[in-house]
This record gives sequence, C-alpha cells and structure tokens, in this order.
Amino acid sequence: MVTPPEGRDHRGISDPVDSLVPAPDTGPERAPGPKEASPGSFGPPAGPGPDGWAPPRGPWTNPGWHSARWRHLGRRVRRGPWRRSREDRLLGGVAGGLSRRLGIDVSVVRVGLVLLALAGGFGAGAYFVAWLLMPMEGEATSIASRAATDRRGLVLALALLPVAVGTVVVGAALHVGFLSSFAWPFFVGVGALVLIWRNCDAEERGWLRQVAEPVVQLQSKSERRWRALLVRFGAGFVLLAIGVAVLVIGHPSEAVLRPVGGAFLVIAAFVVLFGPWWLRLARDLVAERQARARAEDRADMAARVHDSVLQTLAMIQRSSDQPQRVVQLARAQERELRAWLFEGALPGTVGEGAPSLAAGVQQIAREAEDAHGVSVDVVTVGDCPLDDRLRALLGAAREATVNSAKWSGAPVVSLFAEVEPGRVSIFVRDRGRGFDLDEVAEDRRGIAESICARVLRQGGRATVRTSPGEGTEVEISVSRPKERT
Amino acid sequence: MSDPDEPVEPGGERRPRVFLVDDHHLFRAGVRAELGDAVRVVGEADEVAAAVELIRERQPDVVLLDVHLPDGGGQAVIEAVRTSHPDIRFLALSVSDAPEDVIAVIRAGARGYVTKAISGIELIDAVRRVAEGDAVFSPRLAGFVLDAYAGMPDVQRPTSVDPELDQLSSREREVLRLIARGYTYKEIARELSISTKTVESHVSAVLRKLQLSTRHQLTYWATERRLV
Repeated sequence: MVTPPEGRDHRGISDPVDSLVPAPDTGPERAPGPKEASPGSFGPPAGPGPDGWAPPRGPWTNPGWHSARWRHLGRRVRRGPWRRSREDRLLGGVAGGLSRRLGIDVSVVRVGLVLLALAGGFGAGAYFVAWLLMPMEGEATSIASRAATDRRGLVLALALLPVAVGTVVVGAALHVGFLSSFAWPFFVGVGALVLIWRNCDAEERGWLRQVAEPVVQLQSKSERRWRALLVRFGAGFVLLAIGVAVLVIGHPSEAVLRPVGGAFLVIAAFVVLFGPWWLRLARDLVAERQARARAEDRADMAARVHDSVLQTLAMIQRSSDQPQRVVQLARAQERELRAWLFEGALPGTVGEGAPSLAAGVQQIAREAEDAHGVSVDVVTVGDCPLDDRLRALLGAAREATVNSAKWSGAPVVSLFAEVEPGRVSIFVRDRGRGFDLDEVAEDRRGIAESICARVLRQGGRATVRTSPGEGTEVEISVSRPKERT
Repeated sequence: MSDPDEPVEPGGERRPRVFLVDDHHLFRAGVRAELGDAVRVVGEADEVAAAVELIRERQPDVVLLDVHLPDGGGQAVIEAVRTSHPDIRFLALSVSDAPEDVIAVIRAGARGYVTKAISGIELIDAVRRVAEGDAVFSPRLAGFVLDAYAGMPDVQRPTSVDPELDQLSSREREVLRLIARGYTYKEIARELSISTKTVESHVSAVLRKLQLSTRHQLTYWATERRLV
C-alpha cells in the first residue's frame, strides 16, 4: 500500500515532474545546437500544460510517464553525435554511449571492451582515448578540447613516452612479446587518464575520485589507514614482482609448475591490489540499484500526481465557466486520489476488473460521474471479494445508477452498498422526477428488466420504488453463502 | 441532511454563533462565504493551541472543526475545550475518508460529521441542528458507524461494562441505513412511520453509544483500519 504522504511538502514533487519531460539536451537522440521544437516520436506528447486537453476518458491516459520510465531502456540506433552516457556509467560512460549510438546492448559493449583490453591491451587504451575525445551527454565540447591548452598536462602525458619506450625495449631484450604489446595501450591509457583528470569538470572529477577512492583512499586521513594502504601496496608489489619475475625468467623447457605458480602470484597480486576496490564497486552497484529503485518510485509517484491532480487542475482552470463540470472533475479526482491514498488502489487500475465489491461500487460511481456529469455519493459498509452473483449485482447497480444519472434530472445520486453475513444489498437512490411504475412505457420495461431479471437469475431480489416527483430508489440484493465473510 | 423544503432563514430566531477551525485559510474563507448571514462567525483559528484559547474566550455555540489539524487534530481541540466548556458543541468537517479519524473525533465529543463536499444550505442546516443539540450524521458517517458495529456476534462481548451501549438496536440500524442511502430525517420518518423527533432521538442515541461505548472492538476496529 502506498503510504499517505502526510506532512510531505507537495511542492517537492514538482522537480521530478518537470524532469519527466525530457530536456532538449538530455540525450543523443537530439542534434546539438538550437533547441528543436518537436520532441520526435521518442519523447512524450506535449504534456498536460494549459494547451493540452486530456483525452475524454479521464486523466490517466496520458502516456507521458511511460516514456520517462522507459526512456533509458529504449536504446535505439540514433544518428547523431557520439556522446558518453551519463546514466549507463561505470567509468567514463563510453560503453553506454557506444551502446546507444550503435544500438548494441551495453553489456555486450563492455564485454567486448574488456576482451579487447585483455587481448593485447588495445581496449583499455582505446577506452581512455574515447573518454578524452567524446563529449559528455548534453555537452558540446570534449575533454580533449580543453586538454589541448593544458600544457603541463600535455608535458606530463608526453613524459610517459620514454617510460613506454623503455618498457618496450626491456620487453624486447627479455624476449617477452606481450610486454611490448601491452605497453603501448597501457601508457596511452595512462596518459589519457592524466589529461582527463586534469581537464574534466568538477562533477566528473568527483565521480573519478569516488571510483578511485577505495584504491587509494584519498579521503581517509587516519594513520592506520595509511599503514594498511602501505602494507597492502607493498605486499601487492612484492607478489607482483615475484610473479612477473617467475613468468619472465622461467624458461619454457623448465617445469610446468613455475609458470603456473607465477600466474597464480600475479592473480594474487591483482586481488590484493584491487580486491577492496572490486568489493566496493560491487557494494556501490547494489546501493546504486537501490537508489535507482527509490528514484523510480519517486518518479512514478510524481508521474501519477502529474497525470492526475495536475491534469485535473489544468482542466478545472479551463472549465471555470462550467461549474457543473468543475464539480464533476474535482469529485472524480478526489475519489481517485482517496482510493490511492487510503485503499492503495493505483489510480486508473481500480477499473480493470474491480477486485472487490466496494471497489466495484466505486468504479460504477466514477463511470457515472464521468459520463453523465452527476455527483454520486457512495457509502459502503463492509466488503467482500467478487463472484458471479456479485458481478451480476454490480451490473444491475450500474444500470440503475446510469438510469438515475440519465433520466432523473437530479444532480446527486446516492449509492449505498452493504455486505452482511448472509446478504449483499445495493441501494441506488435519486431525488429526481421519478415515474409511475404502472404506466411504464413498453420501451422502458426493458431497462427495468435488465436490472431486475439480472438479479433474479442469481436468486436475488430487486425492488423499484418510485412515483412522479418523488424520485426513484432501486433496491437490489443477493444472498451470500454463509461459509466466510 | 437538509430538507430543501425547509426555510433556510427562520426569521427572528437567534443566529447561532459559529467558530471555524481549519488549517487551510482558503477553506475557512469558503465556509465563511457559504454560511453567509445565516450564522454569526465569531472567530477562526488554524491550529490547536490558538483554537482552544479563542474558543474559550469567545464561547461560540458551534465549532466547525477540521478532523485533520497539525498537533493532534480536531480531537485535541475537543478534548481541551470540553472539560471547561461542556456546552460548546462541535461539528466535524473533513475531506478525509479515513474512518478511524472520523470515529475518533466523534468519540471525543463531536455532535456530527459532514464532508467538505456539503452544500452551503446543508451546512447551515447541519450547524443549526448541532446548535440545538441534535446529532448530524452524513451518509458517510452512517456508513462508518454501521461498519464499526457490523459483524460482531453478541456472545463475543463478555467484558463490556454496559452491554446496552455496545450494540445498536435494530431500529437504530434501520435509521442509519436509511441515512446512508441518502434519506433525510423527514423521509426516514415517513418511511418508518415515526415522527421526525423520534428519528432525531435514534440518531442521538447512536451518537451517545458511539461516545460512551467501551467496546474494545470499536477501538480495535479503528487500529485495525489504520494498519491496512
């Protein structure tokens, strides 16, 4: 059930409401430059603004929030500039951006990049270069354009060149092919990362810090942390060195055990070095998923308020010269909101096969109000699940309510349903013009029969009490099996 | 609960003095406008403490009280005022559908409950009735009361102090049902072939039972509803 948002500042809701209409610059599906007037087929319709009359069946049919909900899932191929993704992001959002641009699932892109990184290291280098060159979603300039003027950064990056060359030379001297093949992408990547770090905006730097924090623990000041860090790095590097040494020096003809031991040590080194980071990453992913779920709940709620209350208010403003219509709108909205807050019925869902008698009665009232512009006063006592008999009862009650709404001329129809242990009764009453039962015209007999016969078939009872000028009351009831209330 | 045939303004009769308590300024203004000249509005307040102080000072006949107020709700106002001024009457007014809140305010001592959707004429009529000491049951309140007293086999109440208070008579049930069906007191009287005064006394009896009953089910029902 939805908790009634008591004491909640309803104004706080307006933010996500606004955000439901995609801003013109929030995605690769738009071209950059001047704002486009048309949101395209992908965006929601114009929304419920003062220029948007809601469809006649009520305020719930606006599909606006659907697109908000599914926006990030609808990865279609879009022509447009290459942009890094803000939402699908583990490091720089490159994979997310590629997946959007190419229409490939983001996981596939990530796996591909990792494989490329493992096979010769190309993936890693390419990743950081792409990070440098691709602007962030919603921005026009890349980090590279800023890095071009960062002389110190460029010098730092270039300083890696001799190191790379040195590594390649050492690798060649030792006849270790993979060292040189890995060296280039590695140092290109590191160089790019240096430039990214120095030239990205504050927001992105915060993100980088957050990602890197568990590895180097920038935030922690305590000495113990530092010592732990030193020990961890020391142990890691020793293991790494031994592992690499065993791998590199080990002659192919020697025992098979040594390379395996070396590989094991290398892996151990990576675990020691990056273990905490991976753990933290996994933990963050869980936390992020929860946060996203909460945000989605909030957005969902905002969307519902948006599509219901705000829509209705907009319609009321437009109908201010028709008091009857205003009252009708307000009442329908009130009923829906109340059903949501107090009964947990999601707006718009009560109608689809009402789960219980009381919900069914509410639905009848709402339909009659919407269709005929009368107020229907609903009082229910008790409730029970629906069966065939009660559905017939509801059908007859709907007929009676619609009749009253249509023919009586009364502005208010009272609808009372009571569930007793052995019987369910519904009374539909109006104070309208009424009619003479004995003089019911042939063509109106059918109506009475569609009320009475329906209930009688289920072993129930139907009574119509009316006389001209006295209004009409229809009483219908069916018995209930005693077994369980 | 009004009868449109009844005169709205009985000439010469003293106009009831009314005090408004509601935390929405707009709503107080609206009620003031609807009540018009039929009553004298002697003051208004938007929170519990101010309401209690002003009501004690002005001593109105009827306090129109919002069920939902910050710091304790309408219930808190009634409980604070009733001890010192038992003759001031309260009529609860709410948009809330939550039955337990309404029942709580009635049990605290309100003489009736109407929804905010009520028309001006009906509201004036309700204020008059309460001023005269009658009870005012809207269809919705009648439904709540029937619900609260429903489905309780009599044998399950051995702990009760006064069994009389813990159940509604069949006549009272009948009257409540008719109210819930949208009948006015006059129409009920005709339907049951009794006088309007008798209908009123039945309703007052229901109100008294509601307020005095120690039936634990009534409390239990309220808490249970809150949990849903």
